Amino acid sequence: MGALAALMSMAAWAEESKYNLPTPQSEVAQEIFDLHILIMWVCVGIFIVVFGAMFYSIWKHRKSLGHKAAHFHENTLVEVIWTVIPFAILIAMAIPSTKAILNMRDASNPDMTIKVTGYQWKWEYDYRTEGIKLMSALSTPRDQIDGSAKKGENYLLEVDNAMVVPAGKKVRLLLTANDVIHSWWVPAFGIKQDAIPGYIKDAWFKANTPGTYRGQCAELCGKDHGFMPIVVEVKSADDYAKWVADQKVKSAAVTMDPNKTYSADELKAQGEKVYAANCAACHQANGAGLPPAFPAITGSIIATGDKAAHIAIVMNGKPGTAMAAFGKQLNDVDLAAVVTYERNALGNKTGDLVQPADIKALRK
Amino acid sequence: MEATNAYAQDHGHDHPTGLMRWITTTNHKDIGTLYLWFSFIMLLAGGCLALLIRAELFQPGLQIVTPEFFNQLTTLHGLIMVFGAIMPAMVGFANWQVPMMIGAPDMAFPRMNNWSFWLLPVAAIMLVSSFFVPGGASAGGWTMYPPLFLQGGISNDMTIFAVHILGISSIMGAINIVTTILNMRAPGMTLMKMPLFVWTWLITAYLLIAVMPVLAGTVTMLLTDRHFGTNFFNAAGGGDPVMFQHIFWFFGHPEVYIMILPAFGIISQIIPAFARKPLFGYASMVYATASIAILSFIVWAHHMFTTGMPTSAQLFFMYATMLIAVPTGVKVFNWVATMWRGSMTFETPMLFAIGFVCLFTIGGFTGLVCAITPVDIQIQDTYYVVAHFHYVLVSGSLYAIFAGVYFWLPKWTGHMYNEKLGKLHFWLSTIFFNVLFFPMHFLGLAGMPRRIPDYALQFADFNALATVGAFGFGLSQLILLVGVIKCIKGGEKAAGRTWEGADSLEWTHLPSPPPYHSFVTPPVVK
Ligand code: HEC
Ligand SMILES: [Cu+2]
Repeated sequence: MGALAALMSMAAWAEESKYNLPTPQSEVAQEIFDLHILIMWVCVGIFIVVFGAMFYSIWKHRKSLGHKAAHFHENTLVEVIWTVIPFAILIAMAIPSTKAILNMRDASNPDMTIKVTGYQWKWEYDYRTEGIKLMSALSTPRDQIDGSAKKGENYLLEVDNAMVVPAGKKVRLLLTANDVIHSWWVPAFGIKQDAIPGYIKDAWFKANTPGTYRGQCAELCGKDHGFMPIVVEVKSADDYAKWVADQKVKSAAVTMDPNKTYSADELKAQGEKVYAANCAACHQANGAGLPPAFPAITGSIIATGDKAAHIAIVMNGKPGTAMAAFGKQLNDVDLAAVVTYERNALGNKTGDLVQPADIKALRK
Repeated sequence: MEATNAYAQDHGHDHPTGLMRWITTTNHKDIGTLYLWFSFIMLLAGGCLALLIRAELFQPGLQIVTPEFFNQLTTLHGLIMVFGAIMPAMVGFANWQVPMMIGAPDMAFPRMNNWSFWLLPVAAIMLVSSFFVPGGASAGGWTMYPPLFLQGGISNDMTIFAVHILGISSIMGAINIVTTILNMRAPGMTLMKMPLFVWTWLITAYLLIAVMPVLAGTVTMLLTDRHFGTNFFNAAGGGDPVMFQHIFWFFGHPEVYIMILPAFGIISQIIPAFARKPLFGYASMVYATASIAILSFIVWAHHMFTTGMPTSAQLFFMYATMLIAVPTGVKVFNWVATMWRGSMTFETPMLFAIGFVCLFTIGGFTGLVCAITPVDIQIQDTYYVVAHFHYVLVSGSLYAIFAGVYFWLPKWTGHMYNEKLGKLHFWLSTIFFNVLFFPMHFLGLAGMPRRIPDYALQFADFNALATVGAFGFGLSQLILLVGVIKCIKGGEKAAGRTWEGADSLEWTHLPSPPPYHSFVTPPVVK
């Protein structure tokens, strides 16, 4: 009995606390929240009735109290009753659940669409109509993870570039992945959809209140599965418009001219940034890699040997391994820069340069 | 039948002793013992991996292991516990009990029986040694989802071969059990007079025969994708990663029932014995078991609600999954009705059985919550699911195994186990089990994904609590070890019918311990 009371109070306490589903920020999340509460209480109710009976029996019908065993068994009426009642309860649960599913899956008539691509271990957000493309990766510093610095408030739930959406608009996501299966999950919106290579799946949400909402990749995707968070910033219509404008200016400013010939230092400086953002997770910041799963770049036969082979593995990846084809992800300048960087830094000194024009010539 | 008896008799005097006895044995009791010890060793091995996982998760930040190694730990913990600990333990019970409960002298195929067991250590060595190959053990999760699983190193191939071997062992074991039950029952023991444990194993064996080949097939497809240029699951080559999940769970869901149905059988033997009252609805228990087994084939995609299958499929799999609650409920109601107005005593087997009924039911309820597709969207791949399946597998299957061990130890060894130690084992296990897994429900609801080596700060307190529970639970299992060894070494002599209320053939017709070859002449069942 004590255990039951504890269970009840736990359930009641869980309903409000930070240990329940987070406060819903979308209609679907609200439906899920309500369904969960309903079903939890139905289960607690059944539990109390059934185990109330059992513990009563344990209390009273024991040999040590001199209770003599009755010998009844097989009673069709009882068995029919305890088959039919649960069945009826289940039907009562199925009705609101069905409604919620139909709503959840109706991604029609969106106000805007964002294509989401999962990579090991970051997300790409491609705003098709606005022409904005972001890579979004964990921004928690390494020293917080290994314990040499104090952990910040949003430890492991912060990114460099958040997805930004306008409040009150139906946002449709088209999800896919580049390498392995990931899953895009933001609890406050009630949305979790696997991002699967070779498929484009849709999902939608409509967030009503401006704010910052956080989630994580929910499908095991390799080494840094625990380190690919999702952050969505919901902004008012005005702020969103401002953000879009800023984003366009910024991308125009950063984009380097693919038709120019760059110096070694320019390429290496750009390459270092590209390497840190795209390659260091596997090949490590110092180029030592994590052999045998992730080979070292320092002293690598490919990175110190034939230039064409080096460019080829970076652009085309290596099927069946975690080495992705970066030709689709990076532009000509970044590809040229990162290859130049790998060949002339991280302990390598080939002295040769790769120019954007070389990459351009290989595309087609 | 005659032939089997003659065989049993003339081998009675000259069986080898020492190590060779165990390697060459064809005796169902010896093989049952081997299975049970093997499974206990695997339980400790898998448990150590779990403790490493929990130690890393004690605090936020990376303290003890690297993320790569963490993934290896979760993967091997799952594989070892499912294929090394729970399944072999159930087969161990089947070996010991099925022949004695149906009045047969041995299993139908004694040599195949030997072979089914001795394949297991081979597979286990392959799995465990994969930690030491370059790149470490498999790290793609026990579910082996491609394309991630296609990326790993040689250990993934070792895992595939280990699964093949385990599958062959299970299929042979299952064929043996089916044949024994169908052909070797004592005269008068009709199917509907068989003890429920035998029934549950008959149905389980059919499930094994149906789904183990499916698993073997799909891991073979992984192997050819990895090495022979096929593209079954590789999207870049026109394959379909989701197809793997469909095939895997077509095996995987029945697999869940393979681990729980024999547990239902054990509990259905124990509760009537300690309530001193027949099982309330024998026939309905048999039908419920069969319905669960049949339904288990049409619910697999509830593991995949977040893959984005068509809405109609989500609805179908949600309804089918909810339906399983009905026969499962029938079982729980039956156990409670059996206890009702009985004359109960609470020795260790009964304590574990009651613990099973309560805690398994909590796992059943959370299973129902997961069945509701929209809710599952939130909790799939979170700690809520981790809590759910540990309530059904640990306080379900494993508790039934504990209950069965204490129940039949006096029969097997001829000695009573130490009741004080048994009770201590039960209470410590139950307290720490709940400290370990109950908080995980809340972690999952609050948004903590599973299979992560590090987590955000708001999850810290309950993770610390769970780790305390894990070490308590793990250490409590040493009490079982001590209790079992003491019981084998000696102790109060156990009567043939150790438990007043137990009425299957091994209790009513055989001494404790039973002779090496029991039922050389079959008993007659009225
Ligand atoms: C998700 C992990 C991952 C990321 C991120 C990654 N690589 Fe790799 N890379 C690998 C793996 C695994 C291999 C080994 C492939 C094989 O088996 O040949 C590899 C191989 C290479 C090689 C050949 C090294 C050798 O000696 O075999 C080069 C060069 C390389 N990567 C460059 C890059 C560059 C440039 C980037 C960033 C733009 C990058 N990689 C990002 C996993 C990764
Ligand atoms: Cu991921």
